[in-house]
Amino acid sequence: MNSIIPAVEVRDLTVAYKEKPVLWDIDIKVPHGVLMAIVGPNGAGKTTLIKAILGLIKPAAGSVFINGNVYQKSFRSVGYVPQRGSVDWDFPTNALDVVLMGRYGHLGWFKRPGKRDVEIAMECLEKVGMADFAYRQINQLSGGQQQRVFLARALAQDSQIYFMDEPFVGVDAKTEKAIVALLKELRGKEKTVIVVHHDLQTLKDYFDWALLLNVRKIAMGPVKDIITQENLSQAYSGKTPFVGKDTTINLDAL
Amino acid sequence: MSFQTEIILIAALTAFSCAIPGVFLVLRGVALMSDAISHAILLGIVVMFFMVKTLDSPLLIIGAALTGVLTVTLTEVLINTNRLKKDAAIGLVFPLFFSIGVILISKYAGNVHIDLDAVLLGELALAPFHRMDIGGLDLGPVGLWMMGTISLINVVGLLLFYKELKLATFDKGLATSLGFSPVLIHYGLMTVTSVTTVGAFEVAGSVLVVALIIAPPATAFLLTTKLSRMIGISMAVGVASAVLGYGMAYVLDASIAGSMATMNGVLFLMALFFARERGLVSKVLSHFKKKLNFSVQMLLVQILGHEGLDNEDQENTVENMIDHMAWSAGFAKKIVQRAVQKNLITRNKSRLSLTPLGREMARQVMMF
Repeated sequence: MNSIIPAVEVRDLTVAYKEKPVLWDIDIKVPHGVLMAIVGPNGAGKTTLIKAILGLIKPAAGSVFINGNVYQKSFRSVGYVPQRGSVDWDFPTNALDVVLMGRYGHLGWFKRPGKRDVEIAMECLEKVGMADFAYRQINQLSGGQQQRVFLARALAQDSQIYFMDEPFVGVDAKTEKAIVALLKELRGKEKTVIVVHHDLQTLKDYFDWALLLNVRKIAMGPVKDIITQENLSQAYSGKTPFVGKDTTINLDAL
Repeated sequence: MSFQTEIILIAALTAFSCAIPGVFLVLRGVALMSDAISHAILLGIVVMFFMVKTLDSPLLIIGAALTGVLTVTLTEVLINTNRLKKDAAIGLVFPLFFSIGVILISKYAGNVHIDLDAVLLGELALAPFHRMDIGGLDLGPVGLWMMGTISLINVVGLLLFYKELKLATFDKGLATSLGFSPVLIHYGLMTVTSVTTVGAFEVAGSVLVVALIIAPPATAFLLTTKLSRMIGISMAVGVASAVLGYGMAYVLDASIAGSMATMNGVLFLMALFFARERGLVSKVLSHFKKKLNFSVQMLLVQILGHEGLDNEDQENTVENMIDHMAWSAGFAKKIVQRAVQKNLITRNKSRLSLTPLGREMARQVMMF
C-alpha cells in the first residue's frame, strides 16, 4: 500500500440539511493503518461525515477520496457498519444471511453467493462469537448480538478501510469486549478503521487516533496529542464531559 | 379448455404474479404505493386508448406502466419537498390521475369497452370472451396470454435480481456503499408493479388488485422467517385465494374478484390467529405457559427458603402460598398441581415439600 496516499482524504466537505450546515469545510487525511475515533457532542455531524464519505448523503460541496480514488471506484475496499437501528430487524432472514450480504460487493450484479462465500461468512460469525446463532432469525437476537452480526458482515466485506457508526451504543459488556478485540485484530492486519464514538473515557484505551468534531474540524491526530483541555472545551462549547481519572484536565479552568 | 378453467387459470396467474412485487412492497413498508399505482394507471390506459383507438394494443400496457412510474416519481418529489407527510403525498397524486381518467372515460368513451364498473372491480367473468385469434386460429383468452407473460417476466426478474432486491430492501445504506443502486432497484420494482397491476386490472379492477398485492405477502410474513419461503408462500396463498375465491363466487353467484379478495382476507386472518410462531393464539399460549412456569419456580424458591426452619409446617402450605404470593385459590391449586405433576414437589394434604429434583431447580433459579 502506498503510504503517501492517505487511506481517506476529505477536501473542503460541507453538508447542509435544509440550509443549515451540519458539516462545515472539513479537511482530513487519514493515514493507513490507524484506528481512529470520530468524537464530538450530539449533532456534531459525526454520522453525517461517515455517510458523506460513503456517498450515502450528497454533500453541498467538497470531495472525498478513498486510496486516492473517488468512492465509486474504490467501494470494494470499504467496509461499513451502520447504526443498528438503521434496518428493520423483523426482515425475514437469519444471521448468516445478513453476514452473506457483506459478500455482495465482491459478487457484483446477478451473481449469487457460493459455497466459498458461505464459508467466509461462517468464519466471520465465529470471529465475533456468533457462530452458534448463524441460523437464528435476526429479530430473535439481542441488541449486542445484532451488533456483532453487523460487525461480522463488515468483516465479510474483507475491506481495507472500515467505517463503523456507533458500534458501542447499547451493547452488553461481552459485545463491547468482542468489538474491542476485533478492532485490535483489524489494526494488527494494518486495516484502517474509523469509528463514530461517544465515550471519551474509553477513547485512549480503544483508539490511537481521534478526530474531534463539532460541525467544523476541531483537531485530528494521535489521541494523546489532541485530547487537550483547549480542544475539548472548543468541541463541547465549554461543557467538558468527564474524561477519566488519568486525564489531566482541570475542569475548574473551563 | 372450458371457460371455467380459463377463468380460474387467469385468476391464479394474476394472483401469482402480484405476489412477487407484493413481497418487496410489503417488506419496504410501501405497500400502499400499489394502491396509488393501480388507480393512476387508469389515466395511462385511457390516454393510450385514445391514441391507438383499440384496447388490444400492448401500447396500453406501456402507457399504463409509464403512468405508474410517473405517479411514484411525483409522489417522491412531493415527499422530498418536506412540506407534507409521506401518506398525504401518496394520497395526493394518484386521485388526481385517477379522476382525470374517470372524466375522460365518462365524457368520451361512453360506448366502448372501458366502463367504470370494470375499472373498479374487474370483469373476470368476461375474460374468456376476449380471445386471441391469429388467422382464424383460437389461441385462448387474451387475459391468459397477458398474465402468463407478466408472470414469466416477474419470475425471471425475481431470479435475476433476488440478491439485489433483498439487499436494497433490508439495508439501503449498505446497498449504496457496495455499489448497487437502490434507486435503480426501487424504480425497477415500481415498474414491475405497474406492469403487473395493468395486467391484473382486467381481473380484479383497480380497487381489488391491491388485495392481491398486499394480502398474500402479509399472510406469508406471519408464516415464515425466510425471504425465499415468504415469496413461495405468497404465491401459494395468492393462487389458493384465486381458486377458493372462484369456488365461493360460483356457489354464491357473486363477483369473482370480490370473492378472491375476501378469501385473501380469510387466509390472512387464519394466519394471524393460528401461525405457529407469530400467530396471536400461540403468543397468548406461550405467554400463559411462561407465567405458569415462572410461578412454579417462585413456589419452589419459597419452599426452599423455609426448608428446615421451625415454622416450615406453617409456611410451606397451600394456604400460605395463597396468602404470600397474592395468588387466587384456583391459581395456587393449578400451580401446585403442575409442580406435583412435574415431580418437583410432593403434597401431603396442605403441606408441600420439595423433591430432590425440585430442590435442584430452586437452587438454580436462586443463582440468577
